[in-house]
Amino acid sequence: MKAPSFAYAKPRSLDEVFALAERHGDDAKLLAGGQTLLATLNMRLSSPRLLIDITGVPGLAGFSVKGNTLRIGALTTHRAIERSPEVAQHLPLLAQAAPHIAHVAIRNAGTLGGSLAHGDPAAEWPGCCVALDAELVLAARGGERRVKARSFYRGLFDTALGPGEVITAVEFPIPGAGYRSAFLELARRHGDYAIVGVAALAKSSGGALADVRLAFIGTGPTPILARTAMAAVEGKKPAAEVIAAAQTALEKDLSPTGDLNGSPATKLHLARVLCGRALAQLAG
Amino acid sequence: MDTTLETTITVNGTPVTRQVPARQHLIDFLRETVGLTGSHIGCEHGVCGACTLRVDGEIVRGCLMLAVQANGRKVDTIEGLSDSGELAELQKAFHEHNALQCGFCTPGMLMAAQDLVRTRPEASREEIRAYVSGNYCRCTGYHAIVDAVEEVLENRKGGPR
Repeated sequence: MKAPSFAYAKPRSLDEVFALAERHGDDAKLLAGGQTLLATLNMRLSSPRLLIDITGVPGLAGFSVKGNTLRIGALTTHRAIERSPEVAQHLPLLAQAAPHIAHVAIRNAGTLGGSLAHGDPAAEWPGCCVALDAELVLAARGGERRVKARSFYRGLFDTALGPGEVITAVEFPIPGAGYRSAFLELARRHGDYAIVGVAALAKSSGGALADVRLAFIGTGPTPILARTAMAAVEGKKPAAEVIAAAQTALEKDLSPTGDLNGSPATKLHLARVLCGRALAQLAG
Repeated sequence: MDTTLETTITVNGTPVTRQVPARQHLIDFLRETVGLTGSHIGCEHGVCGACTLRVDGEIVRGCLMLAVQANGRKVDTIEGLSDSGELAELQKAFHEHNALQCGFCTPGMLMAAQDLVRTRPEASREEIRAYVSGNYCRCTGYHAIVDAVEEVLENRKGGPR
């Protein structure tokens, strides 16, 4: 189908974005890469009066390393993250996750900030940000604030983003030496949203895993940090019985709802399978 | 607020300026306004790949980009890449391998395949399959398409199949 009628503005500064957003309130929607928004407009699931294209605002794309932080601009495309030498060096988890996002033609246009703001519970970036304990930089007319990804997601497509706020960047703590990561997901077809996925990270020394993070996607209304399963592995070598304990513990962390892809029991089973594979990969 | 905007897009090397409705997709602008009907419209929500185009040298979905978003940018379509000869090897291989039947997906498939050929010259058969997974074909079962792309990659390496 075709999108309903709307007006379009392409402001050249954040101040202009804030002014337009303030003036038009709920009638306006921000447009970044548009890879989700345009599909929902085409299906008439959304009918804003005005699209505010923020891609004309300078300085919202790209990578910068300061100390132990890698900052990625909100308008950076999935493809740029996939190809970035900074990401490959400092945050390989993101490079591992990027190829799972749709297809090249979509990764060329879709953006980090757009995906995070949309907050699909099966999307890759929210899970990665939760695993990496990233901080989102939100800007509004009154100034900037930072919100941890772990508290940004409140419910299904519900985030901490307030009216008139714009995600401008994401700041990732660089895990540093000795960390290993894995990103795994199951989908019916390559490029589909995950049925279940996991973003995993841990410090591996002498075969034992420390600072273990397991963030699951597609298993609830938001990305979920599987704290009980993480605790079951913390400080241990991921031998078969340790992995089995983590897999068992997952039922305390996840209570997936059934959908077209499977029942709650099936999804929990798939999460356990991915949990086992991810821990094996982290152990090397 | 403006629901129609003056928009200039360089289409296959030629600048085109028109008053464009904000809601119009790039693919509809190309097909309806410019008259380039080689790129097809399938699902209109980014799933099937029939509308694959190049914008500033990178492939995108023509149904997930508004024409006004392409203002000031360079767009290349199947017509442009076909006329320039860039797709000649792939077109010949598709023909010889019977890599199409109804042909509806073929323009988008060629745009995606060419992107692979120029960016991933070492791609394996599995990688070819993954790369074209964003382009649906309901006739061929894909094997002949993968064969055709694989042959072009092999020929470029100068080695035997």
